[in-house]
Amino acid sequence: MIPIIFILPLMQLVILSNAATYEIKSIQMAYVDHDQSLSSRDLMSAIRGSSYFESPMYFESARLAEEAILKDEVDLVIEIPNDFENDIINAHHPTLGIRINAIDGASASVQNVYLQQIINKFNKNIQLESFNSAQSHAPLSNIESITSFWYNQNLNYKTLMVPGILVLIITMLTLFLSSMNIVREKEIGTLEQINVTPIQKWQFIVGKLFPFWVIGLVLLSVGLLIAKVIFAIPMLGSIVLIYAYTSLYLLVVLGMGLFISNFTDTQQQAMFIAWFFIVIFILMSGLFTPIESMPTWAQYLTELNPVAYFVEIMRLIMLKGSSFLDTTPIFLKTLTYAVVMNTLAVWSYQKKN
Amino acid sequence: MKKFIGFVQKEFYHIFRDKRSLFILFGMPIAQILLFGFAITNEINNVDIAVLDKAKDSNSKELIEKIQASNYFRIQGYLASEKEIEAAFQKGEIKAVISFDQDFARNLQRPETSKLQIITDATDPNMANTITNYINAMLAKYQQVNLQQHISPQFVQAESRMLFNPALESVYMFVPGVMTIILMLVSAMMTSISITREKEVGTMEILLVSPLKPITVIIGKVVPYIFLSIINALVIVLLSVFIFNMPIVGSLFWLAFESILFIITSLSLGILISTLSATQQTAMMISLMGLMLPTILLSGFMFPIESMPLPLQVISNIIPAKWFIIIIKSIMLKGVGVSFFWKETLILLLMAMVFLGISIKKYNIRLA
Repeated sequence: MIPIIFILPLMQLVILSNAATYEIKSIQMAYVDHDQSLSSRDLMSAIRGSSYFESPMYFESARLAEEAILKDEVDLVIEIPNDFENDIINAHHPTLGIRINAIDGASASVQNVYLQQIINKFNKNIQLESFNSAQSHAPLSNIESITSFWYNQNLNYKTLMVPGILVLIITMLTLFLSSMNIVREKEIGTLEQINVTPIQKWQFIVGKLFPFWVIGLVLLSVGLLIAKVIFAIPMLGSIVLIYAYTSLYLLVVLGMGLFISNFTDTQQQAMFIAWFFIVIFILMSGLFTPIESMPTWAQYLTELNPVAYFVEIMRLIMLKGSSFLDTTPIFLKTLTYAVVMNTLAVWSYQKKN
Repeated sequence: MKKFIGFVQKEFYHIFRDKRSLFILFGMPIAQILLFGFAITNEINNVDIAVLDKAKDSNSKELIEKIQASNYFRIQGYLASEKEIEAAFQKGEIKAVISFDQDFARNLQRPETSKLQIITDATDPNMANTITNYINAMLAKYQQVNLQQHISPQFVQAESRMLFNPALESVYMFVPGVMTIILMLVSAMMTSISITREKEVGTMEILLVSPLKPITVIIGKVVPYIFLSIINALVIVLLSVFIFNMPIVGSLFWLAFESILFIITSLSLGILISTLSATQQTAMMISLMGLMLPTILLSGFMFPIESMPLPLQVISNIIPAKWFIIIIKSIMLKGVGVSFFWKETLILLLMAMVFLGISIKKYNIRLA
């Protein structure tokens, strides 16, 4: 069990944090060039020069190129029409045909934006060439936007994902272990024996859950060390505050585990319910997709999602250096959650016996 | 054969008697697919932002109104100075600040460029990037329409067609993914637990001394779960078609065939896990801790595999879910025939055989 509890999760933290990136790069593209002119070659070399696109594959016909999309060999096809060059010279505005595999809608629109940027630049170059000899255009006044990315200038996904996946791992492990624990005694029949011993109920519960609480904190420590040493993730805020929050947070998760344990008869049932909630907690935590984009009712539901709180806390304290005052609302909500969850857990445990 | 049927019957009784598990087994996937289908999306809307308007002129006001009116952003408040930006980010109330320079409008009348700053909280890089793109697009439109500026003439135009998903719906991406996760985990988890359970309670030995061959015992334990998983898959497909309007462009036969193949592969993985573990607890930890995150992260369900570092692209090949997601998308959305996904099909088949082969070998060693 020890390797499963410590090594498997931490290995996943090290490996999988690299996988979670929405960055779009090395886009595979195909092109069909009906014109075979200087201009069409200029356009293609502009695309080749971009860091987003892999070297485009040439196809004889649009039909063959589309087949490559169907086979997932390329993500998009660009078709250069006949008389591309002539139409540019005569200002007939040729139209490039672009087809994008849009099953992943978000990536498709980003790929489209990248391609449009290259085409705009290509247009500008033509313009410069054609106006160079003519009178120079009066520069238009325009609005320039300057973007600054705070806390993560290079838009490094690991900055968010390493702490985020650490949160997932801590939650999964402690919830699974605690929800299986007491139901196991029930299933094997040893719970009855314990119930007839003079040990008090609260002593029993605390004794059962304390080890998992410690395991959760140990995982946090090793995980933070990995984040620092391997991934060089900054720690802007107070590490004490993170430990304080995690200690509180683990009470919520363990209480939930105990509650599940009390309401099930077999480990299989307990595991299923724990799995059900974990999948929902993970996918609705705001780590992989933004919470703001969810419909209002779903946003209310995330108020009940402890993982969403923990992810937010990591983002606030670790990455932005927020103080205790900034995070007080989350602390209070988590505290309330912990009290409610554990009251329910102890109540249901007593009722059962 | 009669003995075998009897054994399978017993296993069915066993499952059906446990009403609570049965409810969990069918209720949960439905709840999940409904929840995720409606709630998870990569698009942005209603993002909270703040404005730092040092200009306070008609142009900046006009622009702010435009941003306010869009569905993408919600202006949460106005800041008085740069110093307040950090505090607002640290409270986590806003994701971006738009700041106008003092002489924003005045510069618009002159050849100088008016400056506008977009400051984003990049602790979520995807969000930061998307926000910037959206605001820049609005700016471009504003310049074009409200300032009556002629943008440079477009010599070359581009016409983009979005194939397979013209409306760019997130659901098309998430439904196949969620379906895969549910089938994978439910099948692998259920078999691994039900077999280790017999081991842990000690009844496995009894089954093994019965006249049934060990292989028959294992198959008998798995058959009911194949049946249940097929029903699960069917329910998920029906929900995605009738509630989320997912098309099934390709053949229903192949959709059914591939789903059953994937279920069998997952069940074989479950059997393999059960031979590796002595207690239910170990089996569950392996099938949950070991499978959940890799299936979500490495299958191409959420994150494009091509963007991952090369070693991870290689590792992703051993995730059965990756291949099933490719197949499902090919059938449901692209509508291509088997000639386009026979490779993926063979890989799933091969995986199932390898899992079963190792399990049988392990099993025999244990017996000997």
